[in-house]
Amino acid sequence: MNGKVLILCLLPFTAQAQGFAGLGAEAGDFAVPQPDPQFDFPTDHGAHPDYRIEWWYVTANLEAADGTPYGLQWTLFRSALAPETQAGWNDPQLWMGHAAVTTPEAHFVTERIARGGIGQAGVVADPFEAWIDDWRMSGIDTGQLTASGPDFAYDVTLEATGPLIFQGEDGYSVKSAAGQASYYYSQPFYEVTGTLTLPEGEIEVTGNAWLDREWSSQPLAETQTGWDWFSLSFDDGAKMMGFRLRQTDGADFTSATWIAPDGTATPFNDALAATPLETSDVAGRAVPTAWQVQLPERGVDVTVQAINPQAWMDTSVPYWEGPVTVTGSHDGRGYLEMTGYE
Amino acid sequence: MTRATLQALLSHWIRNPLQLFTLLAGLALATALWSGVQAINAEAAASYDAAAATLGEGTYDQIVARDGGSIPQETYVALRRAGWLVSPVVEGRLSGVRIVGLDPLTAPGGLGPVDPVDTDIAAFLSGAGQIFGQAEVLAGLAELDAQRIEAPDVAPGTAITDIGLAQGLLGLDGQVTRMIVSPEQPLGRPDLAQVAPDVTVQAAQAGSDLGRLTDSFHLNLTAFGLLSFAVGIFIVNGAIGLAFEQRRPVVRTLRALGLPLRRLMALMALELTAMALIAGTLGVALGYVIASLLLPDVAATLGGLYGQSVSGTLQLRPAWWLSGLAVALLGTGLAAAAAFWRLARMPLLASGQRRALTVVAGRAAWVQGAVALVLLAVAGLLALTANGLVAGFALLGTLLIGAALALPLILDRVLALAEGAARSLRAQWFWADTRQQLPGLSLALAALLLAMAANVGVSTMVSSFRLTFSGFLDQRLASELYVTAEDEAQAEALVAFAAPRTRAILPIQSAEAQVRDLPTEVLGARIGPTYVDNWTFLASVPDPWARIAEGSGVAINEQLSRRTGLDLGDAVQLQGRSFTVAGIYGDYGNPIGQAILTEPVFAGLYPQVTPLQFGLRLDLEDVAALRAALTREVGISEGNLIDQAGIKQFSLDVFDRTFMVTTALNVLTLAVAGFAILMSLLTLAALRLPQLAPAWAMGMTRRSLGVVELVRAVMLAVFTAVVALPLGLALAWALLAVVNVAAFGWKLPMFLFPADYARLGLFALGAAALAALWPAWRLARTPPADLLKVFSNER
Repeated sequence: MNGKVLILCLLPFTAQAQGFAGLGAEAGDFAVPQPDPQFDFPTDHGAHPDYRIEWWYVTANLEAADGTPYGLQWTLFRSALAPETQAGWNDPQLWMGHAAVTTPEAHFVTERIARGGIGQAGVVADPFEAWIDDWRMSGIDTGQLTASGPDFAYDVTLEATGPLIFQGEDGYSVKSAAGQASYYYSQPFYEVTGTLTLPEGEIEVTGNAWLDREWSSQPLAETQTGWDWFSLSFDDGAKMMGFRLRQTDGADFTSATWIAPDGTATPFNDALAATPLETSDVAGRAVPTAWQVQLPERGVDVTVQAINPQAWMDTSVPYWEGPVTVTGSHDGRGYLEMTGYE
Repeated sequence: MTRATLQALLSHWIRNPLQLFTLLAGLALATALWSGVQAINAEAAASYDAAAATLGEGTYDQIVARDGGSIPQETYVALRRAGWLVSPVVEGRLSGVRIVGLDPLTAPGGLGPVDPVDTDIAAFLSGAGQIFGQAEVLAGLAELDAQRIEAPDVAPGTAITDIGLAQGLLGLDGQVTRMIVSPEQPLGRPDLAQVAPDVTVQAAQAGSDLGRLTDSFHLNLTAFGLLSFAVGIFIVNGAIGLAFEQRRPVVRTLRALGLPLRRLMALMALELTAMALIAGTLGVALGYVIASLLLPDVAATLGGLYGQSVSGTLQLRPAWWLSGLAVALLGTGLAAAAAFWRLARMPLLASGQRRALTVVAGRAAWVQGAVALVLLAVAGLLALTANGLVAGFALLGTLLIGAALALPLILDRVLALAEGAARSLRAQWFWADTRQQLPGLSLALAALLLAMAANVGVSTMVSSFRLTFSGFLDQRLASELYVTAEDEAQAEALVAFAAPRTRAILPIQSAEAQVRDLPTEVLGARIGPTYVDNWTFLASVPDPWARIAEGSGVAINEQLSRRTGLDLGDAVQLQGRSFTVAGIYGDYGNPIGQAILTEPVFAGLYPQVTPLQFGLRLDLEDVAALRAALTREVGISEGNLIDQAGIKQFSLDVFDRTFMVTTALNVLTLAVAGFAILMSLLTLAALRLPQLAPAWAMGMTRRSLGVVELVRAVMLAVFTAVVALPLGLALAWALLAVVNVAAFGWKLPMFLFPADYARLGLFALGAAALAALWPAWRLARTPPADLLKVFSNER
């Protein structure tokens, strides 16, 4: 039997046909994000079981001593069958972890799936720990991040050098003209040191990481088929998050946040332009792996190029996620995520 | 022309409906036996696949508790959090159903045989839950809240559900029975002992022991099926041969009219193919009936002997009904080959005269004798050296075929001797005529020989087995009452209550171990008169129980001894301590190894095992009173009290049901052999008129000719039976001493059952006489005109 088929049936956000991974699902009994959120930390670093989906999403641009660029991903997804939580196997909270390391030549990826309620996976807000099996992220300001797969592993430390950034309107991130939204904040100011274990051996790396925290119950509209998401760190210290949600009518819904080097965040709706420049044949699909990204309000007009165009996440819900280089009006590096490419 | 030819050919069957019936019935019967056995095998194989898919024992390594008990769920979580990709399984029995609880998110095989596409996983994981199983299993779980979903591919007797639900149903909250180890593990995970010292990895059972055991059983069934098919083909061969002989004049006429030989052959082949398909279809249908009648017994057999669950209901699987049809066609082809060959070589203007077959003589007989001798020599060699299942079955094959080939030659010699010794003319004629008839009957007689030998062999094996088994039960079930406590507290109360009321209390406690890589159950025995007096060893050092009691010795079962080569005086390692083998005992029906230690030593090695089961020694007449008292005073439930007589009866019932299949197949093969004799005699009857007519002309009455026919058939059956008896005993010996050892790991003593053989011989004679009765009666009623015709000009 194909385990993946099972997983596809299993995860509620994949159970519906419309939208990428069914993210356009109805909220049902689940709570729905409301404007003007009041975050409460450290509690909000933890899980929000009333909401259907949630993630703790770390991406990192790393570099070895010889200058080779690496990408690192650590993601913990929470997916609820019902808006509640309880101890034991009956807990309707399910967890899925994705971990990946991208080199210019190779892309290592692995996945874990677990049930809540028995201690195999979960998130504790204070002291912060998010885990699934042996994968851990511990600490928000200073932390440790580990994961392992059959052919790779990593163990890095994270050190936040700036404040949390609230995306959209103070952390209320609108995803469609119809008003679908999520709660969304980030920590884009991590400095990273640590070790990658790859088939060729252990590699000491340094670099930067970016944490995204997002939770919602129906973040996409039914007419949205997928998204292209950018997190870019420019050499001058400024950063930019931007995404483009593709709609069935061919139009896009875009949103961006400009993050000044001091951590001041400015949201932009419908100001971002992201245009594919070239596509690569990835896992039998045409996936754009070079982009022109423009935010005229901030004078941004850059080319975003995948370091490894084959950074395909061959997981239960497949998507593209990998490190990129940035050239043009601003130079830098970042991460690109693309979903919904059939 | 084609149409006219077909009409001419088919008119033969209209004029001889009995022949048509013989042909169709023989072929259908042969196909039925073959496809019935195939159906049973296919059903069992599908059940095993389902079981393997449920459990993954054959595919994946397993983690089990060192003490054989359950594992705390925390150990599972600790292993996952250390990077071990394992999946928990909880297993137990509820209302006679094996409940398997899985975690579909981590199980490498997912939900096993449950089709995930039809599954609402959210419902499976949460709420009242779902249970998957076959209809009869679900019917037994009707009182549960969970949604019950029929899943035909789930192993019989098994229900699959979520681990959380299963824990609750089985009263195993917070515990797992074992864990499946994923084949792919991440880098850098620590040693198992570092994370969970109380568990151990059990390697995937490549080609499991159970598989080998059941293979042997199915090999037995297949051999029976083939034997029956061979016997059936004898019948068909007879019928076809007869039809071709009788149609010689038609063939000559048709060809003289200008019909090309090629077209004639094609039409006859078409005719036979049509018949083969009709008979094959009938046979498959009949096979389905046979299989569905026998399957419950086969299921009981496998369940009782090997603990394998096989579905008691039959499904139509293309594999066996297609093979049934193919075999019918193939068999017809085989049976008709000789007839076609003769037809093709028949000169165009050869007379339409029918020829009876002549005495076995010359080169052909010499070759047949040589082949038989070689086969029997090979069998003899194998008997001395055979070691393993394949060699065992090769031994059976060479023995049976060699004997079947030798039979006509032996009978011919015997008849020749009798002929030489005969005084009267009539006796001389009788013997000579019998000899002359032998080639026509030899196939049928060979069928009878095989059927009888198989009967003798199998019934000797089964009866020897039963005798040994019941003796073994007496030895192993010495206690008068067996009690199982629900927990340690109840066990203590039970011991306290029963101690003053019984002669002895024998705890039954065991732990799992590996001895030289063989899974072994270690027992802790309270050594006393029960063991010393009742226990018989296959081999032992002097005073074995004293050695075991003092702590230096261990008793092991025959399986452990044979599979690992352990012998008396050898050292056995258990939990790091060394014990000397003091005795080897027979342990029939147990697929794994077993070792017995004295109770104090066992308690030292496996301190975590506390006995919950006890054998109580007391006077038989006090059993009922104690049963009642235990229920009343200690709160032991009725289901946890089993008296010795009950267990023995149950075990013997299982055993007897087991071999009902064998008995049924025995009767069927004998019936088929009888049918073969009938058909051969009918075939010969028509051909033999030219030989009988002179005897009639010289004064023998038709009645005495008929009596002679009858006597002849019975006498030939007697001769065949005389040959069949030693052959059957050789077969039994091969089954007990070679096949059994290879398949099961134990050797059974062979006992002889002369009364059974005598009865069987009478049956065989009865069958032969019955088969000969009608041809003899027909002969006695042959119109004199027919006999006169023999002397007419036409011949």
